[in-house]
Amino acid sequence: MEGDITTMGAFIGAGLACIGMGGAAVGVGNVAGNYLSGALRNPSAAASQTAMLFIGIAFAEAFGIFSFLVALLLMFAL
Amino acid sequence: MAAEEQGLVVKPMDQFVVSPLFGDTNLAWYEPSNSTLWMFLTVSAVTAFFLLGTIRRGEIPSRGQMIVELIYGFVRNMVESVAGRDAIKFFPYIMTVFMFIALSNILGLIPMSFTTTSHIAVTAVLALTVFISVTVIGFVKHGLKFLGLFWIKSAPIGLRPVLALIEIMSYFVRPVSHSIRLAGNMMAGHAMIKVFAAFAGVLGIGAFVPVVAISAIYALELLVALIQAYVFTILTCVYLRDALHPNH
Repeated sequence: MEGDITTMGAFIGAGLACIGMGGAAVGVGNVAGNYLSGALRNPSAAASQTAMLFIGIAFAEAFGIFSFLVALLLMFAL
Repeated sequence: MAAEEQGLVVKPMDQFVVSPLFGDTNLAWYEPSNSTLWMFLTVSAVTAFFLLGTIRRGEIPSRGQMIVELIYGFVRNMVESVAGRDAIKFFPYIMTVFMFIALSNILGLIPMSFTTTSHIAVTAVLALTVFISVTVIGFVKHGLKFLGLFWIKSAPIGLRPVLALIEIMSYFVRPVSHSIRLAGNMMAGHAMIKVFAAFAGVLGIGAFVPVVAISAIYALELLVALIQAYVFTILTCVYLRDALHPNH
């Protein structure tokens, strides 16, 4: 084993940052699940709302991407 | 590193290295790199796609013309329904961005190729172009009334300053999330394929499991490539709508 304690801290921090992706997964699942339940209640209105589905997924996903960015910065930029 | 001693060599980020096409590994700013090459191929592919699709137009459209018309109608419909009818004059730019990102993502899925959109430098330029032009359009069209985007009239008066602060913050985070979403998705998908490919190298006869997994991930990545192009474009339309109608 080699390396210093700063590298170790950065690696542990990168791993911890990935927990944030779980939150994004919950958010995206929530959006998609609610869309599906709404679409099954009223299938005729579903097609007009797919754009809103993707916008919602994109916004929910953004925060997971931020945690991914933090992990990348810790791994490669420090 | 313990992993390297056992023969499992995973270097998933090597595929994103920008290297010069000719000569040594030092990249000067004027030299063509593999990023330049694949960006050029993307632009050529977009041009060829539309030229070949429309070169022999007919009453009964050929297959190529059908595809071109389908995509054209799809994007135009999206601009009209999301950003409004008066956003149609920005349709050419949005169409260009959509085709560039979609084809860049798809060309990046060819093995041994280079994904230009996996670099934040590339996507940041695309996102900043949208951000700056949308802000300029908003101020040119509405003047200082554009700031009403941050002052929500339907909220109680006590909450409005807090909401204004949050709205301003989220406005300036837009280009960050807009660019990193695309680059992060592309980078993560390609890195994941590389990690699974490294498993195949050490498993020997059991390598069919990662090969099947890679095929499945590849199909998923093809979907993600198109969805991310769609998401980037539709968010551009949403931002454009905010600039054209700030009070809605």
